[in-house]
Amino acid sequence: MKPARFDYIRAADLAEAHDALAEYGNDARVIAGGQTLMPMLSMRLVRPKVVVDIMHLPALRGIEAGGNGIRIGAGVRQAELLAWPGLAEHLPLLNAALPWVGHAQTRSRGTVCGSAAHADPSAEIPLCLLALGATIELSSRRGRRRVPAADFFTGMMTTARAENELIEAVHIPGKQAGSGCAFKEFGRRHGDFAIVACAAIVTAASVRLAVGGVADKPVLRDFAIDDGKPLDEALDAFAWALDARDDLHATGRYRRELVRQMGRDTIEEARRCHA
Amino acid sequence: MPRLTAGERHTVRFTLNGRAVEAQAEPRMLLTDFLRHELGATGTHVGCEHGVCGACTVEIDGVPARSCLTLAVQTDGASIRTVEGLAPEPGRLSVLQEAFRRHHALQCGFCTAGILMSLDNYLRRQPNPSEHELREFLGGHICRCTGYVPIVAAAMDAARRLRESPSDV
Repeated sequence: MKPARFDYIRAADLAEAHDALAEYGNDARVIAGGQTLMPMLSMRLVRPKVVVDIMHLPALRGIEAGGNGIRIGAGVRQAELLAWPGLAEHLPLLNAALPWVGHAQTRSRGTVCGSAAHADPSAEIPLCLLALGATIELSSRRGRRRVPAADFFTGMMTTARAENELIEAVHIPGKQAGSGCAFKEFGRRHGDFAIVACAAIVTAASVRLAVGGVADKPVLRDFAIDDGKPLDEALDAFAWALDARDDLHATGRYRRELVRQMGRDTIEEARRCHA
Repeated sequence: MPRLTAGERHTVRFTLNGRAVEAQAEPRMLLTDFLRHELGATGTHVGCEHGVCGACTVEIDGVPARSCLTLAVQTDGASIRTVEGLAPEPGRLSVLQEAFRRHHALQCGFCTAGILMSLDNYLRRQPNPSEHELREFLGGHICRCTGYVPIVAAAMDAARRLRESPSDV
């Protein structure tokens, strides 16, 4: 299990990274922490002509909290975000979910944006970005745009990123005053990818549940609070709408049951935080 | 822009266990293979080669990381610690290594180098762990011999000894 040959470009500034992506497009792969790209390279699931290292760009290394939320640069490692002093206050959902991302030994190098780029349907970070209404900041030689997470994750390990674009950061709205959130996950072992993961955000006016590991991408549902229907019925309809399939790890039926039960537990825990 | 061409060998320099080292690597060479085949530091073991088993865990710039999920060329200029750097002097094991021996925390030894590197780093940051925390951290490693019980016992014992005499290593 060794990667096929590639050129390695250590970008010294953003323009160099953009130039490499413009020149090579889909034959280029960006490496940051490498915790998802390296297995793909070693198993030769990807065989890029060039690998572009963006970890030497100081501009991508920051976590900035401002009036419009928190900007997490593409070079920010998962462990750095977990150690960020503002995490529990501003991003309580990620504070709850990040310990479930891989292991301490992979969070030490893996980046937040790298997980978004990889877009594994079971991964915790894309799920949280969707639940929180985050936007993904993409840049290229031709300009810059921001894509809502709901439009960014388009399917199994596929995203709306064009082949000449670099994920430069994710922007996450800060915690809404008076909201509560919770995260739960079921997997065979801690550190495995989730069989089902749930993220809930509850306010006085809304109940939101996002589910990962079931469909080919994380899926979000906002439940109306006062439509007269019990939550269980709404969760059941959501569970069926996810179109769960059988695979090696669990049956579709089992996944639906997890969505019903764990979804309810997650919402109730978020309500308790909210209260 | 520094561009290293595929198929050619390029000089990679870093600090290994406090000593400046350099050798040649193709861009695609994993840090595991660079350590073992180019630098002769065969204490780091290669298990699954896709980041799951933890056998190849080393310390990169002060944090435990999978050397199989790292390209050698990414570590140019870094500071790397491997299991060869744990013993304080020839003929004397570290407190953690000694505890592993005392508690029979290894049988075949294949996973041991990686587990030692993780736990050595962990116990320096968390000198008073609960068994639950320790097991969670150990979850990043697979051992197929011991059932983990003696590994946990060794780590808790080492933590206690290091708390009692903090000047030991």
